[in-house]
Amino acid sequence: MPIQTPFHVRTSELNKNLDWKDWGGYFAANSYNVVNDFEYFAFRHSAGLIDITPLFKYKVTGKDASTFLSRLIVKDISKLKLNQATYCCWCDDRGMVIDDGTVMHFGENEYFLTSADPSFSWFSRFIKKQDVHIEDVTDSVCGLALQGPTSRDILKNICDADLDSLKFFWTTSAKAEGFEFKISRTGYTGDLGYELWVKNEDALKLFDAIWMAGQNFNIRMAGIAALDIARIEAGLIMNGVDYHSSLHALIPEQMSTPYELGLGWTVNLDREPFMGQRALQSEKKNGSRWATVGIDVNWPDLEDLYHKHGLPPHTECGAWRHSVPIYDKHQASKQIGYATSGTWSPILKKNIALATIEIAHVKPGTEVNFEVMVGHHREKVRAIVAKPQFFNPARKRSVLNK
Amino acid sequence: MINAAYLAKAGKKVLVLEKRHVLGGAAVSEEVYPGFTFSVCSYVVSLFRPHIVRELNLAKHGYDIIPMDASYQPLPDDLGLCRWGDASRSRREIARFSKKDSEVYGEFSKVMTHMARLAKEVIDHPAPDVASINPKELSSLLRMGKVFKNLGPELLQMNTKLLTMSSADFLDLWFESEVLKGPMSASGVIGTFLGVRSPGTAYVLLHHYMGDLDGAFRSWGFAKGGTGGISMACASAAKSFGAEIRTNVDVAHVKIKNGKAEGVVLANGDEIDSKIVVSNLDPNRTYLKMIGEDNLSPDISTEIKRFKLRGSSGKVNFALSGIPNFCKKRDGLEFMKGDIAIAPNVDYIEKAYDQAKYGEFSERPFINIVIPSLTDPTLAPPGKHVMSCFVQYAPFDIKEGPEHWPKIADKFGDAVQNTIKEYVPDIDSLVEHRQVVTPWDLQETFGLTEGNIFQGELTLEQLLFQRPISGYAKYKTPIDNLWMSGSGTHPGGGIMGSPGELSAKSILKEKVI
Repeated sequence: MPIQTPFHVRTSELNKNLDWKDWGGYFAANSYNVVNDFEYFAFRHSAGLIDITPLFKYKVTGKDASTFLSRLIVKDISKLKLNQATYCCWCDDRGMVIDDGTVMHFGENEYFLTSADPSFSWFSRFIKKQDVHIEDVTDSVCGLALQGPTSRDILKNICDADLDSLKFFWTTSAKAEGFEFKISRTGYTGDLGYELWVKNEDALKLFDAIWMAGQNFNIRMAGIAALDIARIEAGLIMNGVDYHSSLHALIPEQMSTPYELGLGWTVNLDREPFMGQRALQSEKKNGSRWATVGIDVNWPDLEDLYHKHGLPPHTECGAWRHSVPIYDKHQASKQIGYATSGTWSPILKKNIALATIEIAHVKPGTEVNFEVMVGHHREKVRAIVAKPQFFNPARKRSVLNK
Repeated sequence: MINAAYLAKAGKKVLVLEKRHVLGGAAVSEEVYPGFTFSVCSYVVSLFRPHIVRELNLAKHGYDIIPMDASYQPLPDDLGLCRWGDASRSRREIARFSKKDSEVYGEFSKVMTHMARLAKEVIDHPAPDVASINPKELSSLLRMGKVFKNLGPELLQMNTKLLTMSSADFLDLWFESEVLKGPMSASGVIGTFLGVRSPGTAYVLLHHYMGDLDGAFRSWGFAKGGTGGISMACASAAKSFGAEIRTNVDVAHVKIKNGKAEGVVLANGDEIDSKIVVSNLDPNRTYLKMIGEDNLSPDISTEIKRFKLRGSSGKVNFALSGIPNFCKKRDGLEFMKGDIAIAPNVDYIEKAYDQAKYGEFSERPFINIVIPSLTDPTLAPPGKHVMSCFVQYAPFDIKEGPEHWPKIADKFGDAVQNTIKEYVPDIDSLVEHRQVVTPWDLQETFGLTEGNIFQGELTLEQLLFQRPISGYAKYKTPIDNLWMSGSGTHPGGGIMGSPGELSAKSILKEKVI
C-alpha cells in the first residue's frame, strides 16, 4: 500500500475528489476536483501547486562526485556551475536510456539528483574506490512544485531569495519565517515555475506559507491529471509512459536511446568516457532509427468522422496514456510509429500527442494517418508531424532583474 | 485424472482406479479433524497450465484459485520481511535490510521472467529425444533451440548459470541481504535432497517464477476448499466426458503377456482387461511393482533403481483454535495470508541440510507455512484455523531406517512446533490437533516412493529426455501399451497437469486406441 507524503495532512483536506494514485509508492493526488480543468488552467494563468515528494531524490557528495556523475550521465556534469541545474538522462552501456531526471549543483562537491525510478542501486554499483557518497533522501526531503505565471510573486512573498534574478534551471537557497529550503527554477509544465525542496520536518511550514501567500494569486492544488496535460503541451516525455527504462524493458523494441527520445541535446558526446558513449557515438555517426515527435491531429477531419457516425465531436477528458498506431500517409496499412500519450490542448486549441516515429517520417510538416476510435469504430484521420514542444511561453525563461 | 479427462474427451472409454477412498493422490483435501479441512500434502498452486483449464473446461467443474498476495519471512523481535504484490511496498520492506537489494529485486524478477518464458516452452511440449535423428524429433529440438537463440547472449549465459549453479550462489549474483536470500534460496531445494549450496538447485528457483494465474505471472494461489478442489474439478471434468472412476481399488500389478500390457490385476485377484494401461505412479512403482523386474531387462531395472527419489520433506498440519500471530508488531493479518517461510538466512537452511545428510531430521528445519483458512474461511470453523507446514529436511532414509519413522513422527512434529514457537510463543495453547505426515507416510499412504513429493528429484539429470530414464521419456515404457502420466515423467512435479496432458496427447497421436 502506498504511504503518505509529509504534505498529506494538507493535501488530503484539499482533495475533494478523493482521487489518489500510486506514484513511486506514495499516495499522489490525481485530481483535487471532479472538474479538474481548473487545475490545468492554474498552471497557465496563475499557479498550480503539486506535491512532488514521490520523485526519487539522492544527495551525491564527495570529492569525486562530479567526475562520477559525469561518467554515468550523458551530460558532462563537471561543467555544471555552482547552483546550476540541468535536465539529463543516463544510459546503460548499450546507450539505452535507464531514466531521466534533474541534477542540481547545490554546493561544492554536493549534487542533488532526482529520478523517476529508484536509482540508488544503479548509481552505487559504479562508485568503487571513488570518493563518492550517495544518500537516498527520498523519504527525508520532500518537494513541492509551484508552477504558473504567478508562482514567482507567491514565492517572493514568503522568502528572501532573489527570484527576479534567478534564471531558468538555476537554484538558490531561501530563508523563510522559521525554516530554510532550496528553490530550483525547474518543473514539468513548460511554464514559469519552481520546485521547492525542504526537509520533512519543515514540510508543513513551507506548505502553509505558500498556500497562504498564494491566496492572492489564485493558487490551486493540482494533480497528476492536470500535470499530464501541461507536460504533453511542453513536449516533456515521461519514463514508463513515453519510453521504458532499459532496466525494465523485456525486449529491445521497448528500449530507446537519448537521440530517439529527442534528448540528443543532453548528450555531451566528445569528452572523457561515459556510460553508453561508444554506442551513442556510433548512433550519432550512423543515424537513429526512431525519433520522438509531436503530432497535431487534424480537427476538421475528426469532426467529419464524428459527423459520419451521427455523433458530436468529442475528445477524451484530459490526457491519455496508451499506445495509438500511426500510419504512413500514402499506405494506410503501413504502421510507421505509435503515439504514447496525448491530450486536447486547452491553450493551443489543438488535439496533440507525443509519438515515436520511424526516422524517415519525422520532418516537421510530414503528413501521417492517426488512428482514432469514433464510437465503436476504428478510423484514421490526418495528422501533421511537429516538434514535440508545442507550448513554450517566453515567461518560462524570463528574468526580471538582468 | 487429467490424462483420463483428455482421453475421455477424445471419445475413449476410460476407467480410473484409485487405491484410496479419496481422489487426488497428493493433491487432496481431507477432514482429518472434525470441522477442519487439510490440504494434507500439496498445499499451493501456481504452475497449473492455463490451457489445460481451458481445454478441460475446469472452471465449470469447480476449479477455483484464490490468489496469495504476500510472502513473509518472520524474524523474532523484528518486523521480518514481507514481499507483496505491490512493488513499491516490497521495495520499502527489502530496503530495511538492504537498499541495493530492494532495487535489484525488480531486475532479478525481469531476468527470471525471461527464463521462465523459456522454461514454459519446454514444459508445454513432450521432451525432444536428443539421441534420435527422426525428423520430428529434430524439428522439436530446433523449435526449442530457436527460443534459446532468441534469448540473446546475456540471457543465454544466465540460463547456463541457472542450470548449473546452486540457488545460494545464483542469488549471490544479485543480493546481499540474508533475510531476502534465505526464503528465496529455499525455493531452490524444495522436494530435493540437496542443500541451498548444492549445484543445480538454482534451476528449481525458476519453478517459482513460472506459474501464471489469470494471466499474471509468478502468482501463487490457494485452491478453493484445499488442493483437493483441483482434483475434484479434474475428476468432474473426466466424468463429464464419460470416464468412470472407482476408489478403494488396489492394483497389484499390470497384466503383461508377451511384453504387452493387457490390463491390470487387482490385489483381490480380480482382473480388468484394457487395450492400454496408463500408470500415474512414480517410475519406481511403475517399473518395479506394476511391471516387475521379471519383465524388465537388468539394465533398465538398474537404471530405474538409480532414479533418485530420496524424499526430503514432510508435512505437519495443525488445527488451531485461533490465529497464530507471527508478528505482533505488524498491523492486520494481510502479511500472513500468503506463505510464511522459516528460512531466516542461507546458513540456517544449509545447517538444516547438514543434519539431514547424516540421517536425521532437522531440529530447526526450513518450514513453509500457509494458513489458508485466513483466505478461505470454509476450511475451519469460524475463528479457528488450519495451518499447513511443509517441512524440510525430513530424510526418508533416517539412521534407524525408514520404517522407524512412525516411532519418531511425534518428535518430528515437536521439532516443527518448537521452531514455530520461536515466532509464535503461544502456539502450544492454540493447537487442537496436529497431523504429522512423514516421508514414510507419503510412501505408505500416498504411494510416493521414498516420500518424494515430485515422484523423483527435479535435478537436471532427471529432467527432459532423461525423465524418468533415457529412451523412455515420452510416456512410454518397455512394455507395449503401458504408458506413464505422473510427475515422474516430463516435465515433472508440482500441481501442473502437464505430464497427464502431454501423455494423453502422445497416446492419442499414436492412435494406439
